[in-house]
Amino acid sequence: MRNVWVICRKELGSYFVSPIAWLLLAMFAIIFGFFFWNILGYFVFMGMESQMRGQMFPMNLNEEVIRPLISNASVIGLFLIPMITMRLFAEEKRTGTIELLATSPIRDGEVIFGKWLASLILYACMLLLTALNLIWLFKCGNPDWKPLAIAYLGLLLQAGALLAIGTFISTLTRNQIIAGAATFGVCLLLWVLEWVSGYESATWARVLAYLSVLTHFESFAKGLLSTKDVVFYITAIFLGLFLTARSMESLRWRS
Amino acid sequence: MINVKQLTKRYARNTAVDQISFEVQKGQIVGFLGPNGAGKTTTMRMLTCFLPPTSGTAEIAGFDVLENPLEVKRRIGYLPETPPLYPEMRATEYLEFVGKIKGLRGAELSRRISYVLDRCAIADVQDKVLGKLSKGYRQRVGLAQAIIHNPDVLILDEPTAGLDPKQINETRELIRGLAGDHTIILSTHILPEVEQTCQQVIIIDRGKLVATDSVHNLQNRARGAGSVLVEVAARSGDLNAATVQRRLEQVPGVSRVVFRETRQNRSIFEVEGHAEHSIRGDLARAIVESGWDLNELRTAAVSLEEIFLQLTGTDAAATSANESAAAAQPEGVTARTGE
Repeated sequence: MRNVWVICRKELGSYFVSPIAWLLLAMFAIIFGFFFWNILGYFVFMGMESQMRGQMFPMNLNEEVIRPLISNASVIGLFLIPMITMRLFAEEKRTGTIELLATSPIRDGEVIFGKWLASLILYACMLLLTALNLIWLFKCGNPDWKPLAIAYLGLLLQAGALLAIGTFISTLTRNQIIAGAATFGVCLLLWVLEWVSGYESATWARVLAYLSVLTHFESFAKGLLSTKDVVFYITAIFLGLFLTARSMESLRWRS
Repeated sequence: MINVKQLTKRYARNTAVDQISFEVQKGQIVGFLGPNGAGKTTTMRMLTCFLPPTSGTAEIAGFDVLENPLEVKRRIGYLPETPPLYPEMRATEYLEFVGKIKGLRGAELSRRISYVLDRCAIADVQDKVLGKLSKGYRQRVGLAQAIIHNPDVLILDEPTAGLDPKQINETRELIRGLAGDHTIILSTHILPEVEQTCQQVIIIDRGKLVATDSVHNLQNRARGAGSVLVEVAARSGDLNAATVQRRLEQVPGVSRVVFRETRQNRSIFEVEGHAEHSIRGDLARAIVESGWDLNELRTAAVSLEEIFLQLTGTDAAATSANESAAAAQPEGVTARTGE
């Protein structure tokens, strides 16, 4: 476990010493901020509108602001996750430092878990920045914090799954761009698979929809903690990390 | 310390390493010699548990590379052909990271870091970013990471490749200095390097073991019956080489005299005797008594290059030997041992 932390610290170091982490944090903060003020602006506008007409508008911050915001945040994550994971192994393979890791007395699993953990921590840092916006909701309104916490847990779990897949793809190539592009493609596909459920209800469609990360996110966005969705994400994380381990092993037999 | 038996690495199309067996005793420096593509790196990668062997076994300090990789990795320091550096890290940061993944912690870690900074003469760049270091410094930082956990065995893949002559000498000095505490295997395709640094040499070519012996024995082997080079000069006027040759042939114990060359009034001959040591005195006396000057009398040692060519006898080897001869030239390394 100490080795996991050593690897994780090293990865975080290279994220934050290079512009990658700062760029990702800035991009996430700006885009999230834009969505936040956009949704909030609409919410306020609708609120005034309903007062003028004398209609009752459901003025629920959780439903009207936080829920769409969380969905948007997960979409921004989808775009940024490939940029977080693409270098994890591709860079080590390109510079030959993978040989150092592979000939040191640490297990492959420790290296993989450490790297994945670092990518998750970076993502968590990005989420932390969103608090700057949410503070205003708590200052001016009275949203329920429990659904919010569950939504954030969902964001972390979903990112964890996609990051694990990205980590796996990064072991397949020594070219960061290829790793990034492939990860983006796979993540996007896992996202849109859910759409088939819109017009088709055959078994194959239900299987595809089940595989989609979007399907399992809905409950979190609503603020509901559903065990089967938690299990889905955790399974996906394990699968991604397991494939990474297999890939690292096959690297040795092939190279 | 290192025990390799029938080690083989086969790929789909070719066999990179073919049934290599050798042993290395504790504290020795062994040169792993062969042309480019002979299988040196593959063998080293199998010893460091980076690649699993197809068949055969390799043991480091009694631990098998397949069965006990973690124990093996604890006992080896490995410097791949390109030092495995993280360009964005500072030297001390890097050594701290490597020390930690090699299992060092706390006070011991900082003690080892200052030791390797000093030993590898990199203290003056300890706060620099690795990506900005010169090739020579990178190599030394690479060596520092290999010895940081004080491993029993050091495996160095072409440690002097791409360095300038001064750096090459410094690196060799450093490696020689490490020999007492560590058992060292270093690979190279430069022969003088082996002659200068190693006690034992393992020659491989196209994945096969060609020879394994001490450097001294290999040189002796190539020296054959033991010939002597003599340089004879006339005291005044010209020297008749034919006369000198006839006179040398008459010396007791001499089996053959080969004329090499003449420069101005000096001639060089290679004299082969039945028993090397007894003919030297007689040769000297014969030359001086005939009224000539004896300028030089020395053992005609053959360079490893010639042995290498004899043993491999391939075009590939010839090219590689030429390359290495060219590489050796700027250092003024003459591949011979004067006795």
